[in-house]
Amino acid sequence: MRDFEYLTPNTLKEVLDILDSKRDEVRVVAGGTSIVPMLKQRLVAADTLVSLQNIKDLKGIRFATDGLHLGATTTHREVEISPQVKKEYPLIAESYSKVATVKIRNSATVAGQLVQADPYQDGAPCHIAMNSKVNIISKGGKRTVDVEDFFADYYMAKLEPNELVSEVVVPKQPANLKTVYLKFLPRTEDDYATVSVAVAAAVEGGICKHIRIGLGSVGATPVRATAAEKELLGKKVTKDLIEKAAATVKDQISPLDDFRGSGAYKSDMAVVFLRRALEKVLEG
Amino acid sequence: MPKADIRLKVNGKSHRVEVEPRRLLVDCLRYDLGLTGTKEGCSMGICGACTVIMNGKTVASCLTLAVQADGAEITTIEGIAPGEGKLHPLQQAFIDKGGFQCGICTPGQIVAAKALLDYNPKPTKEEVREWMMGNLCRCTGYYKIIDSIVAAIGK
Repeated sequence: MRDFEYLTPNTLKEVLDILDSKRDEVRVVAGGTSIVPMLKQRLVAADTLVSLQNIKDLKGIRFATDGLHLGATTTHREVEISPQVKKEYPLIAESYSKVATVKIRNSATVAGQLVQADPYQDGAPCHIAMNSKVNIISKGGKRTVDVEDFFADYYMAKLEPNELVSEVVVPKQPANLKTVYLKFLPRTEDDYATVSVAVAAAVEGGICKHIRIGLGSVGATPVRATAAEKELLGKKVTKDLIEKAAATVKDQISPLDDFRGSGAYKSDMAVVFLRRALEKVLEG
Repeated sequence: MPKADIRLKVNGKSHRVEVEPRRLLVDCLRYDLGLTGTKEGCSMGICGACTVIMNGKTVASCLTLAVQADGAEITTIEGIAPGEGKLHPLQQAFIDKGGFQCGICTPGQIVAAKALLDYNPKPTKEEVREWMMGNLCRCTGYYKIIDSIVAAIGK
């Protein structure tokens, strides 16, 4: 790969100053599992790499009254094995545990995954199902965006060159929430999904009171299955309703033909896996 | 680009190396430090041949920049044996159970297995299989690798 200048600032302020002054010439590196392969393959070029390894403000898992706060450079592995995350936000622990292999998860970070904006990743569908927010900071200020609105296109997050994701917040969920993440892996266990479905739902007295659905590997960006949600919300849960809701995803997704399957096959599978996921969380 | 001065503690020994920022850890270990036990297979962090333990956790050294390892404690396959003329129980188990054929994946397998037993000294067979997913092998078909690791548990 082309050589670059490597900076290891010790404060968040220095990082933001560097991003603000160098903008398109600088890239951030956290764990490196996304950017290093891209640099090796020359898919990305950078004159300067700024490392977040010394920035303590960005690390950590915090449980607050408003929800779960995941620091930007918290590793997948740290979230995956946290007993409290597994207990209170099992879908989130599950989503990180499904990524690649242990050695990758030891380095790969929460923010790095979202900023990579690879539509085949496991994080976004689960965060969409949990209505997670991305906190973004820059020299100029800060903003918050829903994970479902964070992606523009393949490998393009909606992030300005001088901005940095500081934290991902998973809000407190309804008390009787049931969640599931189904990752269709017809090839190997360490692969990206052929299609993936994350559902978070709550049923009361047979009525669907809360439903959020995130889909992965179904197009240029992760998709929130709003049409399926609309079919289900406020209605009495029946097998027919579930099937009707699952069928609606075909209009909202456009999976690519690739070595994991044709677009048509993936569309069919999205319907199947959504139906299975809905059965799991809505029935019994 | 200015070179970086990094300090690594590898297998208990301190090293000071001058590297280009783009230097990969696998290349630094193999060529700057002469520790050629760690192999590079896929260059994409999938095959596990480049697995080393960095600050107590396995990492793909082909995806890690040497500069990212500045100040780190690293264990490579050369550091697994407890002393001159001795073998770690894992290494003995791989011999006893036939856990290798050509041997190219074996350094990565043993380092990954060591990290597992450090993290969980009594894993179930299923836990071993799941942990070892990150280490591919073209020769053995994996059964003897798993058997070797299981045989080393508690030793």
